[in-house]
Amino acid sequence: MARVASVTRGDEVKMTIPGSELEIHETETPVEDDAVVSVAGRSPTQLAIARFRADKLSMISFVLSAFIIVCAIAAPILVAFGVLEPNVQHQDLLSSDGVVPEGAFGGVSWSHPFGIDPGLGRDLLARLMLAITSSLTIALTGTILTVIIGAVLGIVAGFSGGFIDAVVGRIIDLTLSFPQTLMLLALSGPVVVMMRQDIADFPGLGFFSNADLSNGAFVIVILAAFGWPPVARVVRGQVLSIREREFIEAARLLGASRRRLYFKEVLPNVWAPVLVYVTLLVPAYISAEAAFNFLGVGIKPPTPTLGNILADSVSYTSADPTYFFLPGALLALIVVVFNLVGDGARDALDPKSNR
Amino acid sequence: MLAYVIRRLFAGVIMLIVMSIVTFALFFASPIDQASFICGKNCSAAQKKQTAAAMGYDDSFANQWADFAKGVVQGRDYPDDPKLRETAPETIVHCEAPCLGYSRERGDTVTNLIKDTFPVSFSLAVSAFILWMVGGVLLGVTAALKKGSIIDRGLVGLSLIAYAFPTFFVGLVLYKFVAIKWGLTEIPRYTSIAEGGVGGWLSSLTLPAITLALFFMAAYVRMTRSYVIESFQEDYVRTARSKGLPERTVTYKHALRAALTPIVTMAGLDFAGLMGGAIITESVFNYPGMGKLAVRASSDFDLPTTVGLVILLATFVILANIIVDLLYAVIDPRVRLG
Repeated sequence: MARVASVTRGDEVKMTIPGSELEIHETETPVEDDAVVSVAGRSPTQLAIARFRADKLSMISFVLSAFIIVCAIAAPILVAFGVLEPNVQHQDLLSSDGVVPEGAFGGVSWSHPFGIDPGLGRDLLARLMLAITSSLTIALTGTILTVIIGAVLGIVAGFSGGFIDAVVGRIIDLTLSFPQTLMLLALSGPVVVMMRQDIADFPGLGFFSNADLSNGAFVIVILAAFGWPPVARVVRGQVLSIREREFIEAARLLGASRRRLYFKEVLPNVWAPVLVYVTLLVPAYISAEAAFNFLGVGIKPPTPTLGNILADSVSYTSADPTYFFLPGALLALIVVVFNLVGDGARDALDPKSNR
Repeated sequence: MLAYVIRRLFAGVIMLIVMSIVTFALFFASPIDQASFICGKNCSAAQKKQTAAAMGYDDSFANQWADFAKGVVQGRDYPDDPKLRETAPETIVHCEAPCLGYSRERGDTVTNLIKDTFPVSFSLAVSAFILWMVGGVLLGVTAALKKGSIIDRGLVGLSLIAYAFPTFFVGLVLYKFVAIKWGLTEIPRYTSIAEGGVGGWLSSLTLPAITLALFFMAAYVRMTRSYVIESFQEDYVRTARSKGLPERTVTYKHALRAALTPIVTMAGLDFAGLMGGAIITESVFNYPGMGKLAVRASSDFDLPTTVGLVILLATFVILANIIVDLLYAVIDPRVRLG
């Protein structure tokens, strides 16, 4: 079939390229038979979004993850308005021994759809919703910090090459040879003490004396301090492949500063693989927060996080299995959903990747 | 080849020196007063000072590190006091090279503590490694060869779910439900080969090894699958096919071999990381391994043990890196060492 040349209408260039990924417009003036169609060119980003939307699983998980994020944003607001009461104790709903909730499935009822927690009788739905807020905050902040460190070092190493590249490479090797969990455990005491005593003394940093903030900040710092090397490697690889391209040379000839070259010319061209990595880092960090809390490091109750609810539920595995399985299942659901969004983003941004 | 190995080992030693300095600096800067921890709450200032002197904590940072390095190479005495050596030699503990320090908390040298706990962690690491490599790689290859089928989708879905549950949660389900509540297996308690024979040793490892392997297996299924699919799209696979080689040869000799290389790298590093103790799994099952030692050391602020463990673990990782690079050259004919 003849799909013929490009049709120019005004200043909008339209091409006819065979291929399913381009949007096809029927032209108003049919030439010859039915064959002539014109095609609107679309940016790579638009193409990626279109591919993402075409994938059902990705879209479902995207909607679910959006719902989770909305929950995370809404939870503190609902608490402020008194709709959710994560710290109100309903001791009267506990069984006579005062530990396990009365009723089936951890005391599920209309007023407490997820039941209440054993021991104190607090509403589990409210606690879990607020836990998503804090866990997601930790994971997102950790991810942002990780990406900033990784991207800056990756760009500098890839672009400068030579000695600086070698130094960054050795720093990466050094970081990777540290045992992360062990360092987390060993440093948690000293660093949290330091944050509360010394760092909180600096003007404007007084909030570090807050236990939740210093404990949370420590988790974020550890996640970022040990998480950046893969980001730096990905970015460095990308930078190596684009630093010899013409537009960089052009910018250089125009006298662009080093900073401009790094962040205005190079950075916008490496975001795709970084974005994919980010969407996979968030669930990994949510999981890590939970694991850290199981080891006793992180934000402590009464402020709920998915990690500390799970760590607390461990004592009630047989007395109140609902309280044990529900937070675990929620955590797994969040991790799966975010991972699927990450997979979808990868497939959409890099159609050659394999699924 | 030999020159390459020597160069890498040399670089590894330098890396270890830098890394031990960084570790020392991190803990040296710690605001927690070691001496008062060892000495206890009702400790007078003089006693505290004496403890600090005995442990060498009153020394400068550089001297402390130099003492540590000397201990690794030559061994050292605790406390290193010539006067005491003459008057009361029985109070001195000699720590032979390679000496990683002396733990007051446990009343033993760190080297001995590690010697006691290493077999547990090593057993766990080896059994989990075998499980996840066999399971993960086989299932990953299966999924890749049947790409798009129900088997493939099922495996990918299952591995995603297995990946999503935290290790401690899986471990607790296995421990509290499978072993205790339903009594499907024995309650896991570490038994060495000397105590329970090979059978007892293996059965005591089953649940912890599954717990540890599950997470890695999930990751390896996905990883193997994508590497295999990728290598089937390579030009040399097309060449092999167009030469008229039987599909079996194309699959096993050409495609799978190339896909194996990155997996070997990952596996080597993951295994090295686990040799130093799977902290979470050992905590869940209360296994007396290095992970458990690390947890106790950090909750007691037992600095010598912590530092010793950190440096030993780093040694494992650095060595594994070298071994992996050597294996790389063996597996993948395209790789040249140099």
